[in-house]
Amino acid sequence: MVTELVKSENSYQAAFRELANAAPWLDLVRSSAMERFEQLGFPSVREEDWKYTNLATLAKENLVPAVNGDENVDASRFAYPETAGAHLVVVNGFLRDDLSQTSALGDVVATDLLSASGDARYTKIIRKYLARNAGYHNNGLTALNTAFVQSGVFVYVPKNVKLETPLQITFVGGTANSATFPRVLVVAEENSSATLIENFVAGSEGRYFTNAIAEVVLKDGAHLEHYRLQRESKQAFHVSNTSAELGRASRYDTTSINLGAHLSRHDVSVVMDHEGAETSVDGLYMVDSDQHTDTHSVIDHKQPHCNSHQLYKGILDGNARAVFNGKIFVREGAQKTDAMQTNKNLLLSDRARVDTKPQLEIYADDVKCAHGAAVGQIEPEELFYLETRGIGPELGRSLLTYGFAEEVIAKIKLESIRSELDAIVLRQLHTSLET
Amino acid sequence: MLEIKNLHAGIDGKEILKGINLTVNKGEIHAIMGPNGSGKSTLAKVLAGHPQYEVTAGEVLYEGRNLLELSPDERAREGVFMAFQYPIEVPGVSNAQFLRLAYNEKRKHLGEEELDPLEFKDLLKERAKVVEMDASFMTRSVNEGFSGGEKKRNEILQMAVLEPKLAVLDETDSGLDIDALRVVANGVNQLLTPNNAIIVVTHYQRLLNYIVPDFVHVLASGRIAREGGKELALELESKGYDWIKTPDNGKGAGAPAQ
Repeated sequence: MVTELVKSENSYQAAFRELANAAPWLDLVRSSAMERFEQLGFPSVREEDWKYTNLATLAKENLVPAVNGDENVDASRFAYPETAGAHLVVVNGFLRDDLSQTSALGDVVATDLLSASGDARYTKIIRKYLARNAGYHNNGLTALNTAFVQSGVFVYVPKNVKLETPLQITFVGGTANSATFPRVLVVAEENSSATLIENFVAGSEGRYFTNAIAEVVLKDGAHLEHYRLQRESKQAFHVSNTSAELGRASRYDTTSINLGAHLSRHDVSVVMDHEGAETSVDGLYMVDSDQHTDTHSVIDHKQPHCNSHQLYKGILDGNARAVFNGKIFVREGAQKTDAMQTNKNLLLSDRARVDTKPQLEIYADDVKCAHGAAVGQIEPEELFYLETRGIGPELGRSLLTYGFAEEVIAKIKLESIRSELDAIVLRQLHTSLET
Repeated sequence: MLEIKNLHAGIDGKEILKGINLTVNKGEIHAIMGPNGSGKSTLAKVLAGHPQYEVTAGEVLYEGRNLLELSPDERAREGVFMAFQYPIEVPGVSNAQFLRLAYNEKRKHLGEEELDPLEFKDLLKERAKVVEMDASFMTRSVNEGFSGGEKKRNEILQMAVLEPKLAVLDETDSGLDIDALRVVANGVNQLLTPNNAIIVVTHYQRLLNYIVPDFVHVLASGRIAREGGKELALELESKGYDWIKTPDNGKGAGAPAQ
C-alpha cells in the first residue's frame, strides 16, 4: 500500500512539480486538481461506477507523464481527405503547429489551449468553461488530466459561423511507458455549426496511458457533429471523458468508435439544461482477445422539450469484455422529453462477456422514454439463409457481423471514415468484402 | 437431375418424411402439394440442407452425386436453390453486396472470374427486370423492411442472379396478392430453361395456374399419396385434401397414409 503510494507520487507528483507556470488562475485550477487526485487516486472496483473495470494495474504501473510532443510523426497518413486544411495534430497531448493545417478554418479558432488561456481574447471564455462540464472534484482521472493541462486544443466557433470543412484532431498516442493528457475545449456560439473528429491513434505498439478529456459547450441553436475514433495500441490504457452542455434548441450528435487499447473507458455526459435541445449519442465497440472496453454515459434531461437518442452496439470476440452503463435522467419539470436508448451486443465467442445496464430515472410525468439492451449471438437461421445462397458459414458469420456494425457506421457522414471503418471491421473478421 | 429414394427424415427425433420417392429431370416443373403438416416444407428444407433436419434413411442423388453429403453452401454453389417461405432479414448488408458476394462465391467455386462491383451492377440491373424490381431495392438492406410480396420477389431475384440448376420454391405464393403472385410466377417462368428444373412446394393450386407443372405429387403424412399431371392440382382444388388421405386412394404411396 505504502509502496504504491510512493510510486504514484514518483511519477505523477514529481512531473507535476516540474510543470511550467501558466496563467495564475490556471495554475490554481491545476494545483487544486492535483490535490484532488492525491486524495482520490485512481478509481477502484469498490466504486459502483467502476465495478467491472479494474484500474489496479494502471495504478501500479510506473508511467511517466510526457513532457513534450517533439517526436517525429508522419501525421499525413492519419488525415481524412474531407478535413484537408483543418487537421490538428497532437502528439503526447501537445499540439504540434508544425504538423497541423488550419487554412480551411476561416473564422473558426483552433489553437493551443494553454496559449489561448493567456490570450486576452479567449481568457475569459476559457476560464468560464474549462473544467466546468468535466468536473474534477469527484473523479480522480479527470483531476489528473486537469492537473496536467499544459497544451491541448481550444476550438472556438463564432456566432452564426458554419464551418464547412470538418475539423480533425489526431491524437498520436504516447511513447512506451508514458502518460499523456490530451485536453480539448470546444465552445460553439449561437447558431454556429461544425463537425469535429477526434482521432486517437497509436504512436507505438507499446504500453502507455492516455487520459483524455473533451468538453463541449453549445450555445443556443448551435450544432456540433462529434466523431470519436479510438484506435490506441492493443497494450495501451485509454480513459476519456466527453462532457457536453447544450443550449436552447442546440443539437449535439456524437458517435464514438472504440476499437483499440488493452483497457478503455469512455465516460460521456450530455446535459440539457435548456429547452428544445437534441442529442444523439451513438457508439460502436469492437474488441477481441483480452481487450476490455467500458462506456458509461449520462444523458440528463433537465428542461422540457429535449430529445435524446442513443444507440450503442458492441461486437466481442475472444476473451474480450465490455461494459455498457447508460443513465438517462428526466428531471422534474422536464415535460415532453423524448428519450430512447438501445444497447445491443453480439458475442462471437463463448468466452466473451458483456455487462450492460441501461437505466432510466424519470421524475416527470409527460414524457416518452424507452430503453433496452440485448446480448446475443449469430442466429443459426440467418446463417443458414446465407449458406443456401452459397455463402459458407465463416463468411456468413463475417457478413452478419459486418451488418451488425453497419447500423452505427452507416450513420457517419464522412465517406472516408465509413470506408476505413468497414475495412477495419472486415479485417478484424479476417474477411474482405469489396463494396 | 434429382433422384430421391425412400427418403426418411425428421426433426427432434420425430419422423416427418416416411419414404419419399421422386425423380426430377432437366426442364421439368414438379409441384409438391399437400395439406398442412404433410411434410412439404420438410422436404424442401432437407433438400437445402437445413441443419436441424435429420435424414434417417434413404438417399438423394443430385446429378448422380450424393446430395446429402454436401453442406448447404456447397449445395448452393453446385446449383441447388431454395426460395424461403419466410425470407430472413440481413440488416446492414445491402442487397447488391449480398448478391454479389453470393454470385462470386459461386463463380469462384466454378473456377470463373469474379465480377467487380461495376460489372455486377450491370448484371444485377438486367436480372432485376425479371421480377420488375426497382433499383432502390439494391441499396437497401437484404429484406429489411420489405413487404411480404417484396421479400418473395427478392427471393426470385436471387434465383435469377444465381441461376440454379434445381430451384425449390417453398410456399412462394403464401402471403402474395394476385398482382405480386403474377410478377413472381412470371419471373420463375422466365428462368426455366431446358437445362434446369423447378420444384414448386405449395398448399394451393392458384400458383400452378401461372407456373404450370409437368407433374403433381401430393404428400400426405410424409408419403406421396397421389401423383399425376397438372389436372391433379385442379382436382384437389375442387375436392380438397380429405379424399387423398383415405387409404383406398393411396396408390403410389407405397403404403396407406396414416
